[in-house]
Amino acid sequence: MVVAGMDLGAKAIKVVILSEKGVSAKVKLFPDLDMAQSARKALEEALVQSGTELHELKRIVATGTGRSAAPGKPALVTEPLADAKGIIALLPLTRTVIDVGAEEGRGVKITPQGEVVDFAVNEKCAAGSGAFMESMARSLELKIEDFGEISLKATQAVPMNAQCTVFAESEVVSLIHANTPKSDISRAVHDATASRIAAMTRRVGIEKEVALIGGVAYNPGFVEALKRTLSLETLLIPDHPDFIGALGAALIAYEQAVN
Amino acid sequence: MILDFPQLISQWETLPVHVFTAHEKGEILTIGAGTASGAVSGAIQGTASGAVTEHWKWPEQSNVDLSMDWKKAARITAGIDVGSVSSQAVVLLDGKLYAWSSVRTGSSSPDSALKALNQALKNTDLTLEKIPYVVGTGYGRVNVPFAKKTITEIACHARGANYMGGGTIRTILDMGGQDCKAIHCDEKGKVTNFLMNDKCAAGTGRGMEVLADLLRIPIQEIGPLSLKVEEEPPPVSSVCVVFAKTEAIGLLKSGWPVEKVLASYCLAMAERVTALLNRIGVEKDFFITGGIAKNIGVVKRIERILGISALNSALDSQIAGALGAALFANALLEKEERGKS
Amino acid sequence: MIANYGYTDGSGEYYISINTSFCAECQTHPCISACPQGVFEMITDDYDEPACSVKDSFRKKLNYTCSTCKPARKSSESPLFLPCVQACVNRAIKHTW
Ligand code: SF4
Ligand code: SF4
Repeated sequence: MVVAGMDLGAKAIKVVILSEKGVSAKVKLFPDLDMAQSARKALEEALVQSGTELHELKRIVATGTGRSAAPGKPALVTEPLADAKGIIALLPLTRTVIDVGAEEGRGVKITPQGEVVDFAVNEKCAAGSGAFMESMARSLELKIEDFGEISLKATQAVPMNAQCTVFAESEVVSLIHANTPKSDISRAVHDATASRIAAMTRRVGIEKEVALIGGVAYNPGFVEALKRTLSLETLLIPDHPDFIGALGAALIAYEQAVN
Repeated sequence: MILDFPQLISQWETLPVHVFTAHEKGEILTIGAGTASGAVSGAIQGTASGAVTEHWKWPEQSNVDLSMDWKKAARITAGIDVGSVSSQAVVLLDGKLYAWSSVRTGSSSPDSALKALNQALKNTDLTLEKIPYVVGTGYGRVNVPFAKKTITEIACHARGANYMGGGTIRTILDMGGQDCKAIHCDEKGKVTNFLMNDKCAAGTGRGMEVLADLLRIPIQEIGPLSLKVEEEPPPVSSVCVVFAKTEAIGLLKSGWPVEKVLASYCLAMAERVTALLNRIGVEKDFFITGGIAKNIGVVKRIERILGISALNSALDSQIAGALGAALFANALLEKEERGKS
Repeated sequence: MIANYGYTDGSGEYYISINTSFCAECQTHPCISACPQGVFEMITDDYDEPACSVKDSFRKKLNYTCSTCKPARKSSESPLFLPCVQACVNRAIKHTW
């Protein structure tokens, strides 16, 4: 039996195809303006990758902010549910999931069975999401992948006062003018983001183990900053952390299809 | 039924990710297991928005009432409002407006304060030493070295607006380069309820600048252009400037003319500002100060949403803060003199 | 005077509203010590009245500062469980979120 999980995020659509034989496709697609058409294309590509025909697909479950645009009359689930299911399958010790995506941040507390106990979201303000770091990297004229790396070389903690992405851009520019090393500025940006994400997650009560998912989990600077802010020795990071929502959706689809 | 997770997720680590973009044909790259696909997204969306642009370029101004003679005045006071973008100075003779100026704030607050005062007094022979009481206000208020006292811009704005528009003013909106204030005051210009938002760029002059920068339209043309639409479009749905910008780009790409995008953006800003005003309660008369007062596209829409029109003043509304500070200085000096005699 | 400290941003409205007319008669200012984060301080306002206010350093991040007092699952309940709101017998302190 073959099922699909789709995560229609603000910046990327992720698709996971699953069958009793395991995962057979992981596809990521950057959509254009037409979300519905992009989503259809993403699903088609995933089917091609897994060598499956559309009619073999038993069920589709979609999550993410754009989930209503998913093709094929899918069942819709919220992001916390999908995150919880996806992470518990990969890292069963997880009790708190922190998901930082392009346009939102989320803290989810889960049971050992992957059920959601409680969650807190930070959305619609770029300062609490990955967009903040992306924008700061641009101001520093750094590629996002270097941006995290370079923060690990920081020698001092410079404060960032601005709480808004737009104002922080000017603050970064004046720090550059004041000859502050880019590594220090980068660390300040990561610390600021981590403290906002941490504060949000504290609302659900942080219980170990804590896992980080979403695109920013690839950023070593952010991972370190978050560990520092939460005083954690270890932060679990699954493989392909940006696909956890889609995996969760696929697992839910499978569950629904067999029952 | 309990799922057999290990079986279902087998090959999770090893199976490669395939990445595509919707508008390009085919696959752009395939990443092996464990490689940073986050990096790819960064590179793809890496179009620069960077460049921080010039602020509201209102010209520097000054004015003096030469029919008045400062040598005959019993009390000379001044107020200085050092804002994040521009600074104003106001000089009063016995509590009456004598001279004022508005200059751009430089990198140093003390210098900007002095520059503003000198600009106001440039066509007179009055000098700083002859002004016994100066009150500083605004974001750089603690850095006005010759100020005897500092007072918050909220209190100063209310008092200044009360002088400019009269005792009937109850609601004041001040939208500056980097903040937005909503003030409710009594007939004497004393603040009864206020809020100030300087955390978020949305709803400040800065939010407009980002749009002006994106569309390459001079800031002062945005208002008039936005009123050229025949039918009012729905407002931009994102409050956040960062997301609203993305939204504006999307609207342009989908074929909206520039005026329509501007109208949509101005309406969103007006809705946002009226939400702030409603939090403190809107009561007539209504007065608008700060840079936003010059953006007719936003002002007209605020008036329409609130159903009341803003009161006009013969005086330039940008000096409200400095004027209020000077009035405070006048009252404080008077009190001091009374104390002595 | 009703002083609203805080902000509105894309994610919502976060204001602590203080009715400072009560502060003049209040002797002990229990709100100051009640807050675990040290958000409040007594100031003399522009009209020379004593007033409780939110410290400058917290005004742009109240949503984050107060997050430990506002567990996600409780936020729909009465705001009375907040230490600051509870501490003031005059109920001069209100939260908008
Ligand atoms: S403009 Fe700044 S503070 Fe406002 S919502 Fe966007 S990032 Fe947040
Ligand atoms: S909610 Fe808690 S942290 Fe926030 S002001 Fe009140 S007591 Fe302080």
